[in-house]
Amino acid sequence: MIKEKKNSDPKSKDKNQTPIIEIKNLHKTFGGDNEVLKGINLTVNKGEDLVILGRSGSGKSVTIKCIVGLIEPDQGEIKVFDENVLNLSKEELNKIRVKIGFLFQSAALYDSMSVRENLALTLTAHKRDLSPNEVENEVMEALENVGLSDAIDKMPSELSGGMRKRIGLARTLILKPEIILYDEPTTGLDTITSREISELILDIKHKQKTSSIIITHDMACAKMTADRIMVLKDGVIHTEGTYEELEKDEDEWVRSFFESVKL
Amino acid sequence: MILSLKNTFSQIGSATLFASRFFKEIIMPPYETKEFLKQCYAIGYKSFPLVAITGFIMGLVLTIQSRPTLVTFGAESWLPGMVALSLIREIAPVITALICAGKISSGIGAELGSMKVTEQIDAMEVSAINPYKYLVVTRILACTLMVPILVFFADAIGILGGYAGINIHGDVNFRRYLTQIIQSLEFLDVIPATIKTFFFGFFIGMIGCFKGFNASNGTESVGKAANSAVVTASLSIFIIDMVAVQITDLFF
Repeated sequence: MIKEKKNSDPKSKDKNQTPIIEIKNLHKTFGGDNEVLKGINLTVNKGEDLVILGRSGSGKSVTIKCIVGLIEPDQGEIKVFDENVLNLSKEELNKIRVKIGFLFQSAALYDSMSVRENLALTLTAHKRDLSPNEVENEVMEALENVGLSDAIDKMPSELSGGMRKRIGLARTLILKPEIILYDEPTTGLDTITSREISELILDIKHKQKTSSIIITHDMACAKMTADRIMVLKDGVIHTEGTYEELEKDEDEWVRSFFESVKL
Repeated sequence: MILSLKNTFSQIGSATLFASRFFKEIIMPPYETKEFLKQCYAIGYKSFPLVAITGFIMGLVLTIQSRPTLVTFGAESWLPGMVALSLIREIAPVITALICAGKISSGIGAELGSMKVTEQIDAMEVSAINPYKYLVVTRILACTLMVPILVFFADAIGILGGYAGINIHGDVNFRRYLTQIIQSLEFLDVIPATIKTFFFGFFIGMIGCFKGFNASNGTESVGKAANSAVVTASLSIFIIDMVAVQITDLFF
């Protein structure tokens, strides 16, 4: 039995909470007939970590790529910091992008650059007047935040999967974003490393007071990091709630995620 | 057939838009000087050994192959001038450009294609770094400036190769050899040949960047981008050369 979808209605939000990301009626179709998003509505409040759960191909990554303008939706509205990102010019969008960090599934480190250069490029692209010493200090600070200051001179090819994710996170953090979008941060990692990454996400939230959307199908990560969970199915929000609420949900689809943890 | 033609014209249209963006982005700050210099080093300096070997062989072979014909007509003394003219006007620019198409254009196509597939270009985009300016403008500009320098270098090494070729069958003084070359050359031999090398460089860089930047997702497309960059850049070199020769013939 499939539960009736309960898309989060931005109008019904708690008045004490400030929405930082608001998505209304988001649609996206690829190749003419592959409708991936079929009217997504979601809100992320300031300081909140929202986890989006869903199986592969359900439109999770497409949703967060629409937020940063990597994918243009066919229909809908995306408000970030109260500005509709779909109506912004490239320059205006870039000003918003600086405040949003994005951790790619593959970490997407620049292969031809060392860890230092990966971080410094992102920093100096926006702060061109920084002295080499200031750049070095900021790079070190970002690396210390993820516990990898020793890796500063390494090339991405010399890093393990977990290290790549951490460096990707450090590169994201160097611009001190207010929002971080995590695209499957623990995919491809062993249980212990996944836990370390989840702890890091929590640590960043507490230290830097960020808001996040975390795309995952790792229930352990969801349990540790989520203030609220949305379950995406076939391009629509199937249900939402806290981890504890969803754990008790009797819907078969939702239960299938929690049963995978028990196995 | 019609679909293939449509696809070709669509590619030409997209490439034209891609190239026209270069002229807009190149004048607008910020300027990625550090990356540009890095690309000049990678494209120019690292190609010197390959161009040197090829240039020397071109000069040597051209001299050895031309000598018997000139000897038949008793015009052996024209050999240095003929070799220099052939090298400077046509052979060195075209062969060097073809080598650069193979080495540089494919390299750029594969590098950018792999960056596209592994979301590195997207990572730049979401960090509000302009990937076109950082990756494309710097590479096209470096190619446009480095290929002419490589061609000058190939000319010089080719002339040395010619000297070696002449000395296989005789004993010619190097100073006399050079004097004969300088006497047979005019500015009009050098200038049109130099101008066309800037176009060669621009197209080598632009085609490599276009193919890499527009690689579709999947590792297979990286190979396709590199391969397609070499083929298209090589074909473009011949077309540009043909146009350049016609224009030179018309005006000079």
